[in-house]
Amino acid sequence: MPETGRPTNGSNAGGVRVGVYVCHCGTNIAGTVDVRAVSEYAAGLPGVVVSRDYKYMCSDPGQALIQHDIQELALNRIVVASCSPLLHEPTFRRALDRAGLNPFLLQVVNIREQVSWVHLDKQAATAKANDLVRAAVRRVFLHKPLQRRRVPINPNVLVVGGGITGIHAALTLAEAGKHVYLVEREPTIGGHMAMFDKTFPTLDCAACILTPKMTAVGSHPGITLWTYSEVVKVAGYVGNYRVQVKRKPRYIIEDLCLGCQECVTACVYKEGKTPDEFNLGLSKRKPVYLPFPQAVPQKVVIDPETCIEFKSKKCKKTCVEACGDRQAIDFTQKETLEEIEVGTIILATGFKTFDAGRNPYYGYGRYPNVYTSLEVERLINAAGPTGGELLLRDGKRPQAVGIVHCVGSRDANTNRWCSKVCCMYSLKLAHLIKERTGAEVYNFYIDMRTPGKGYEEFYDRLLDEGVHFVRGRVAEVTDWAAHPSEKGKLVIRAEDTLAAFVRRIPVDMVVLSVGLEPQLDAQAVRRIFNISCSSEGWFLERHPKLAPVRTFTEGVYIAGACQGPKDIPDSVAHAGAAAAEALALIDAQFVELEPYTAFIFEDACSGCKSCIPLCPYQAISFAEEKKKATINEVLCKGCGTCVAGCPSSSIQQNFFEDEEIFEEIEGVLAYA
Amino acid sequence: MELKRTVKFEADRDPEFARWISHTVGGERIRHCLQCGLCSASCPLSLYMDYTPRRLMHLSREGFKEEVLSSSSIWLCTACYACMVACPKKINITHLMYALKERAIEERFYPKRFPIPVMAQQFCRMVRGSGRITESWLILRVFLRTAIWRLLSMSGLGWKLFRAGRMPARRDKIQRQHEIVAMLDSVAATRKELAL
Amino acid sequence: MKCAYYPGCSLRGTGKAYEESLLAVFRSLGIEVQELDDWNCCGATTYLSVDELTSYALAARNLALAERERMDIIAPCAACYLVLNKTQHYIRDYPDIKTVVSRALATVGLEYHDRVRVRHPLDVFLNDVGLKAIAAKVVRPLKGLKVAPYYGCQIVRPYATFDDQRNPTSMDQLLEACGATVVPYPLKTRCCGGSQKGTLPEIGLHLIRYLIAEAQKNGADTIATVCPLCQFNLECFQKEAGSQRHPLSIPVLYFTQLMALALGAPAATIGLRRSLVPVEPLLAAKEIAYA
Repeated sequence: MPETGRPTNGSNAGGVRVGVYVCHCGTNIAGTVDVRAVSEYAAGLPGVVVSRDYKYMCSDPGQALIQHDIQELALNRIVVASCSPLLHEPTFRRALDRAGLNPFLLQVVNIREQVSWVHLDKQAATAKANDLVRAAVRRVFLHKPLQRRRVPINPNVLVVGGGITGIHAALTLAEAGKHVYLVEREPTIGGHMAMFDKTFPTLDCAACILTPKMTAVGSHPGITLWTYSEVVKVAGYVGNYRVQVKRKPRYIIEDLCLGCQECVTACVYKEGKTPDEFNLGLSKRKPVYLPFPQAVPQKVVIDPETCIEFKSKKCKKTCVEACGDRQAIDFTQKETLEEIEVGTIILATGFKTFDAGRNPYYGYGRYPNVYTSLEVERLINAAGPTGGELLLRDGKRPQAVGIVHCVGSRDANTNRWCSKVCCMYSLKLAHLIKERTGAEVYNFYIDMRTPGKGYEEFYDRLLDEGVHFVRGRVAEVTDWAAHPSEKGKLVIRAEDTLAAFVRRIPVDMVVLSVGLEPQLDAQAVRRIFNISCSSEGWFLERHPKLAPVRTFTEGVYIAGACQGPKDIPDSVAHAGAAAAEALALIDAQFVELEPYTAFIFEDACSGCKSCIPLCPYQAISFAEEKKKATINEVLCKGCGTCVAGCPSSSIQQNFFEDEEIFEEIEGVLAYA
Repeated sequence: MELKRTVKFEADRDPEFARWISHTVGGERIRHCLQCGLCSASCPLSLYMDYTPRRLMHLSREGFKEEVLSSSSIWLCTACYACMVACPKKINITHLMYALKERAIEERFYPKRFPIPVMAQQFCRMVRGSGRITESWLILRVFLRTAIWRLLSMSGLGWKLFRAGRMPARRDKIQRQHEIVAMLDSVAATRKELAL
Repeated sequence: MKCAYYPGCSLRGTGKAYEESLLAVFRSLGIEVQELDDWNCCGATTYLSVDELTSYALAARNLALAERERMDIIAPCAACYLVLNKTQHYIRDYPDIKTVVSRALATVGLEYHDRVRVRHPLDVFLNDVGLKAIAAKVVRPLKGLKVAPYYGCQIVRPYATFDDQRNPTSMDQLLEACGATVVPYPLKTRCCGGSQKGTLPEIGLHLIRYLIAEAQKNGADTIATVCPLCQFNLECFQKEAGSQRHPLSIPVLYFTQLMALALGAPAATIGLRRSLVPVEPLLAAKEIAYA
C-alpha cells in the first residue's frame, strides 16, 4: 500500500515517490511557458523522483511514459501539468489504473487555461507554472487511495407523460424487455397529437397513425399504464428511485369497465352541459364521458364537479342501472397513492399552446369568429364538434379565412422564441381549409420556416393551390369597416411588405397560429424530479448539441416538446434517444459513483444538526441512537456545502480534505 | 411612358448616416429589425407615406440618406407610439422618427414654406421669447409664413373660439424669462463641448 | 398631500374648459393643488422634432421646480404628461442627457434628483380618491348619457403607468361611477392626428372622420377626451369631416367636465359655454340639470 506522509520543511518522509510530467500541448502551453524550465524546477522539489516534459501528454506515448515510470521507478504519486482536468483527468487516471496505481493518487495542474492561455509575459507565466506545480507536488503527498462505489440499476423505467413522445419511449423500452410505468395525468393517453386532424408534411391522419401505438401501449404486458394519475414525490438516486404516484378516482372500476358507454347514453343529463375539454370548449359533454372515441384505456370517467350524485346525493343513477351486471361504477372510489421503484425516469410532459387572449389586438375572446389553430384542428376533425365541417359559431360557412402566423412567438412582448411548428401547421390548415370549403385563404407570415424533410416541398405544393400569401405581421383584427365591402366582416390589417403597402383584408374567420410554451406547472414538476429549467421555462438539457436528452441529474431524462418546441418526427426521435440512454444505463447494470463524497468524524460531531438542512440532495440524516449526523454516501454529490457549514469542522470531503487544501495553498505561497 | 433606371451602387450609400442612426438615442436595436411590417400596419398615417415606417428603418440602417430625409413619412408621423408598442423587437421607432425630423430640419431637406418645420421653428422662437406658447399667436405666425389664404378660411373658426373665450388675445409669458434663455444657451454650450 | 398643478399652455387657450372643470373637480373631491410657480412650456411634441436635448432641459425645469417644493406634479394635458414622463426616463437611461440637463438647470440655480412623480388626473381620481368615494359625492347622476371614452395615444403610449396600454379603462370606470353609460369604442386609443390637421389638413381630417363616425355608430351622445388637442380636433372640424349623406355632429367634452357636472359643480366652472357643438340641448333631452 502506498504510504501517505506529510513533508516537513521540504524533506521526504514516508517513502513518497512523485513523478512530474509537464506537457507542451504543442505550442499551446510551450509557446508561453518555458516547459523545460518548469520540468527542471520540479525535479528539484522534495519527493520528486522523476520530472519530464513531453509534447502531448494525453497521447498514447505520453501516457505510456507515465505507466512505464510507475512500473520502473516505483512511483506512487503522479503530478501532470497540462490542460484543464475537465478534459484529461479521466485520461491520466486511466493510465495510472492500467499501471496498477490507484487513480486518485494523481493531481492535475492546469497550466494551459489558467496560465498559458491567459498571460502574455513569458517569464511571469513560467514562474506561475512553477508555483502551481510546487503546490501540486505538496498536495499530492496527502492524496489517499480512494475507491469508486458501484450501485446497481433497477431495470424498471418510469415514463411521465402519455403523448406521442411518452408512448414511443415506453414502447421502445418495453420491446427491449424492460418494465415500464407510464403515468399520464389525463384520463387517456394520446396528448396533443390525438387532437390533430392531419399531420404535416404527409397529411397522414393523426389518429390513424397514433391509435395503433396507443393500443399497443394499452395491451403490452411490459407496460403498466396509469392514466388520470400524477407523480407527487420522487426520492432516491440514479438506478434507485422511489416514486409516489397519485391515482385520481374515475369512480369507475377500471378492470370491469368495457367502454360500451351505455352509462353515458343513460345519464340523466339529456345532453352535455359542461364544456368538453378535448374539443376545447367547442362542444359540451356530460358528467360521465369518454374523452374521445379512441381513448386508451377505453374507460369512461365521471367528473365529480358536475355529476349530480356528488352534488346532491339524490341522483336516479340511471348510469348504474345501464351498467347492469358489470357494476363498474363506484361512487365511493377514493384517490390512492402508489409507490413504485424504478432505476430511470423519462419526462415527456409536452407543451401548452400560447393563450391567444394575451394579445388583445387579435380579438380572441372578443370576436366569436376568431379561433386558435388547435380549435380549428378540432373543427375540421371528423370526430370533432362539427363532424369535420368548418362551421363558425353561428353555423355559417366561412367564405374567406385568414391565418395569422407567429401569435405569441418571435415577440419581445410575449415569447421571444420561434415555435418551430407553426409555419408548417399553418400551411397544413391552409391546405385543408381550401380543400374542404373552397374558401379564400390568406396566410399572413413573416418568414416561411420549412426546414424538415419534405417540408419545403409541402410549401411548393401549397403555392399551386391558390392560397394567398401576404408577408407581413398582422397588427390588428377589427370589426370596424373602413370600406363598404368590410361591413359585417373581420378585417385583418397588415403591411404587405413585399408589395410595400398596407392592406386591409376582410375575412369571415380568423385562425391564430398560436406558438408553443412550457406547461404551466413546469417549474413545480421540475422540482419534483430535481432537474432545471432554462430561463424560458423549458426543461434544461445537459448540453444543447451533444446531450439533448440527458439532464444534470443522473438517471432522469427529458424527451419531446417539454425540452423545447418540436414537431412529431423530432419528438419521436427524441423519445427513442431517451429510451436508448435509459437502456444504456440499465444494460450497464450498475453505475460507478465518484468518491468525492463527504464523511463525518463521529468523535467530533456534536449532533447540532446544522448540516442536515444544508444538503441540497437530502443525503444527511440524523442517527437517533448515536445522536450524530450520518451521510448517505450514495446520495452525496460532493458539493461541499456541509463541509463548509459544519461549525465544528467534523465533516471532511474525500479528495478535498482540509489538509490537502491547506498544503496546496502553502505550496503556492512558499517561495522556492 | 417614362422609364426610370434604378440600381443602387455602394457609392450611393452614406455610411456616416447609417452609423449615425445606429448610435443615436433609440437606434440601438435597429439592426434587429426583421422587417415584419407590424409598425406600418399599426401606424394610422402609413397609408399616406411614400416609404412606410418599416421601409424607412431599413433604408436608414443601410445608409440611403437621400431617400430617407426627403421622404414624406418623417413629416407625417404624429408620434403616437403605436408602432413602438407593437414592435416585437422593441425598436424605438418613434424616437428615430424624431431624430430624422431633427436632421431633416438641420439639413433643410424640405420644400419651401413647408408648414411643419415652420411650425416647429416658430414654436421654439416663442418658447425662447416668452417661456410659454399662446396658441392663437403661434397659428397666426405659421400661417403668415406658409399659407396666408388659409387664415381667411379659418377665420370663422377663429371667431367662434374667440367668442367662447378659448383664444386669448394677450400673450402668455413666464416671469423669469431669463432662466429659459440661460438654460437654452447652456444646452448649446454643453452640446458643443461634449460633441453630442 | 398637496400636489403641483401643471396646466400646460393649451389649458390657458383652447383647453380653457379643461382647466375650469378640472379645478372644480379637485375642489369637490378635496384634492389640494397649487399651481406650479412660474412653470414653462414643456415643449410638447414639437420641440422634440427640432432639438430633443433642449426639450428635455426645458421640461426638466418644471420637474426641478416641483422637486424644490417637494410636490408631485399633476399634468392634465396628455402631451405634457408624456413629455414630462419621457424626460424622466431619458434622464435616467442616458448619462449624456443627464449631464446636459443638470448643467442647464445649474445655471439657473436648480437641481433635479428624480424625486418627482408625474401623474395624470385619471390616475389621481381612480387610485387616490377611489370610485366609491366619487360615486358617493355624485349629486347629478349622468343617467342615460352615453359616452364614448377617447383616450388618444399619449396617455397610454409608451408609458402606461396606471392603465392598460391596449385597452385602458380608467376613464370608463370614472364615467360609470358618475352614472353615465360607456359605449364600446374600439378606436379609443387610435391617434387623432395631433397637429396634422393644421399642417396637412386632408390627412388630419381623414383620421378625425373615423373617430367621430365610430362613436356615433356605437350610439354615443358625446365623446369624452383627456387631451386638449384631441378635443380641438374632434370638435372643430365636424362639418368638414362629415358629408351631406353622413353628417357628423356630436359634442366633445373633457372627462372632467362630465365629472364636474355629476359632482354638482357651479355651471360656470363646467365650461359648457366653451363648446362649439352645443351641449345644453343634449343635457336637456337627458334631463340632466346643469345650472
